[in-house]
Amino acid sequence: MSSANTLASQFGSAIIEQIDFRDETTLIVDQESAKEILRFCRDELKFDYLVDISSLDNLGTEPRWEMVYELCQLGNGTNEHLRIKYALGENEKADSVCDLWATANWHEREVYDMMGIEFTGHPDLRRILMWEGFPFFPLRKDFPLAGRESEMPDVAFTDRAPLEGGPFVTSPTSASTVHREPRSRDMK
Amino acid sequence: MSVMTTTQHAAYDTKVEGNIVFTQVDTAINWMRKNSVWPMPMGLACCAIELMGSASSRYDISRFGAEVMRFSPRQADVMIVAGTVTYKMALAVKRIWDQMPEPKWCIAMGACASSGGMYRSYAVLQGIDNLIPVDVYISGCPPRPEAVLEGLMRLQKKIEAEKSATSQFKKS
Ligand code: SF4
Repeated sequence: MSSANTLASQFGSAIIEQIDFRDETTLIVDQESAKEILRFCRDELKFDYLVDISSLDNLGTEPRWEMVYELCQLGNGTNEHLRIKYALGENEKADSVCDLWATANWHEREVYDMMGIEFTGHPDLRRILMWEGFPFFPLRKDFPLAGRESEMPDVAFTDRAPLEGGPFVTSPTSASTVHREPRSRDMK
Repeated sequence: MSVMTTTQHAAYDTKVEGNIVFTQVDTAINWMRKNSVWPMPMGLACCAIELMGSASSRYDISRFGAEVMRFSPRQADVMIVAGTVTYKMALAVKRIWDQMPEPKWCIAMGACASSGGMYRSYAVLQGIDNLIPVDVYISGCPPRPEAVLEGLMRLQKKIEAEKSATSQFKKS
């Protein structure tokens, strides 16, 4: 029985959707049961390696955030991957999984640093890429690509980058590369 | 060469003549300076790899007297900013620059150090010349070692033209 089936029989309605795409399984789960499902994955299904934690900003839709956990079985040699996603409201906090996989510590700090999602139960939730005191969360969709001005005396400062008509974005098209190549576009 | 004693006064020695060069103090000092610029390799990203390449045996930066990479700013003459200067690193680069004794020069190596390069973003300083004065900009992403050597030679030309000693004298 595949891991996804085991989870489905174990957690029932807490698994909202299963997406299979080119032998990759993604489970969209309920936020309340997410931690239990992840614990079950580690203890019973032998997903001993947490590859990555990432987050998505679906600005304009509710719930705003989406958490993504990428799991892998290393120890038993199957190298099976499983992706678990759940939605998270704008003002909600995610459950830390540091107690399940030690590596989650830095992944969660990065999510916090870039997206501003906080984690309950994280032992040391500090910024990891930007400096302590940087006032923004730069990977949020409402943060401009050019950045914003900030100033922390003796630590660091930031400025707006000149975009000269940009940002320059490529558009997916089956037409020639001339149509595809990056041009400045009105972002409104 | 004969050994001179105090009793035996130095007569004019024609053999010495060919070993004396008349020049200006500026020229002499600049000649010494330009052939022994010790770089402070401020390697911050991929460009630093090419900088290492220019120090390697194939390109051999020591042909131009600049092989003595100094990781202490106190012993360095030219800061080669090789790589992406993030805002997080920017003030540290400035601080190291401030610790370098005069006379000092700066080479901005590559697109990132010169202008922020492809990183028009919230995290990257848009050119190290926002913080420290740059003498030579080297284009490229990354520049090839030949370009680094070319940049170094341009800097040597610039050093040659300086008023190293005469600028110290005040006109009365
Ligand atoms: S100019 Fe290019 S090679 Fe050099 S640091 Fe920037 S991205 Fe890397």
